[in-house]
Amino acid sequence: MEIDFMDSQIKGVSTGTTILAVTFNGGVIIGSDSRASIGGYYVSSKTINKLIQVHDRIFCCIAGSLADAQAVTKAAKFQISFHSIQMESPPLVKAAASVLKELCYNNKEELQAGFITAGWDRKKGPQVYTVALGGMLLSQPFTIGGSGSTYIYGYADAKYKPDMSREECLQFATNALALAMGRDNVSGGVAHLVVITEEGVEHVVIPGDKLPKFHDE
Amino acid sequence: MAAYMSAGRSENAFSTHDFVPEWAQEEVSTGTTIMAVEFDGGVVIGADSRTTTGAYIANRVTDKLTPIHDHIFCCRSGSAADTQAVADAVTYQLGFHSIELDEPPLVQTAANLFQQMCYRYREELMAGIIVAGWDKRRGGQVYTVPMGGMIVRQPMSVGGSGSSYIYGFMDSNYKPGMTKEECLHFCTQALALAMERDGSSGGVARLAAITEEGLERRVVLGHQLPKFSNT
Repeated sequence: MEIDFMDSQIKGVSTGTTILAVTFNGGVIIGSDSRASIGGYYVSSKTINKLIQVHDRIFCCIAGSLADAQAVTKAAKFQISFHSIQMESPPLVKAAASVLKELCYNNKEELQAGFITAGWDRKKGPQVYTVALGGMLLSQPFTIGGSGSTYIYGYADAKYKPDMSREECLQFATNALALAMGRDNVSGGVAHLVVITEEGVEHVVIPGDKLPKFHDE
Repeated sequence: MAAYMSAGRSENAFSTHDFVPEWAQEEVSTGTTIMAVEFDGGVVIGADSRTTTGAYIANRVTDKLTPIHDHIFCCRSGSAADTQAVADAVTYQLGFHSIELDEPPLVQTAANLFQQMCYRYREELMAGIIVAGWDKRRGGQVYTVPMGGMIVRQPMSVGGSGSSYIYGFMDSNYKPGMTKEECLHFCTQALALAMERDGSSGGVARLAAITEEGLERRVVLGHQLPKFSNT
């Protein structure tokens, strides 16, 4: 019955949300719900896509104020393409995450958005980076974020194992999103998942009625 | 990012006083993780053991599983003072009622006594309570009385500040029809996960199983708790 105060302080349309990114053997899965709400009372969009492609094999997902997140990702997308052209090679996931981090840190007073960056690059393979609200950058094997993530910390801690197969990872991410969407009233809609590997990028969308159901549903 | 449970900060006129440390001016709270699960033949209840005043851990081996009657317990979360006072009052009322009736009281009765007090004094109190026990009429039962004074019977319930982190785990792992040992194992895991993520929960995991035969208490020490880190 705990009340989450964070979202009511977020200005305007917010992605009170659940986002996650998980590495597996050979790639990474990034996922989110699809609800955008105003103050937690009105659902302004049931089908918003929070997974933004910033380069061929790098995606980021957004939490916080939608306006801030869109502005930052637009600027980041430009900077990363430019960097990639200059270097004449695909950008590192860490580079993309650092660009987001610089933007968040240097504008920390005005912005209210957090990001998860995930992708694949030739140097380190699949990676996941978190950029928190104030501009901290952290690399982790998997990460969860957004208001709905509180409810799945226990589940994620218990169920994650390193070096999962693609199917196991997909199941883990789907279950985690379904559980969070079941408990957080500002997360919901469909589950968007993107599987990023060396070969390419695959978008999986799971509509609400096809999500896994648990004992009391 | 994280949901938090208000931890009862009473603003003090002496807050700039240098002689008394800041934690001594904070209200004592059982920012906590508590839970209860029904099984066929009884209930299993569990809690962490941390009581905090601000950032100081006033008691690291608290017993938040309080007996109300022979086969009825309550798990306390929120302000330590409030929950102790309410539990004492209900223990008295229930004991008296049981003597009048000349038979053991119902769990539903105990739960309703809690609910009446928590609802009447809802503005003054900060108490989230789970009442669980066994009686002859309905077997094992769990009733949750969160802050505000609502009452609802559930097959399983979690409460306290640490509960937010284990809703997902609880939803995915609970199945109806578990045995007593399965329930104990499930509670131990859930408490361990919550204690690892919630700063206001920690210490040891206290568990109790209540059946017709009586009470069985267990303590799982810190180093014996299941570990889930992935580093």
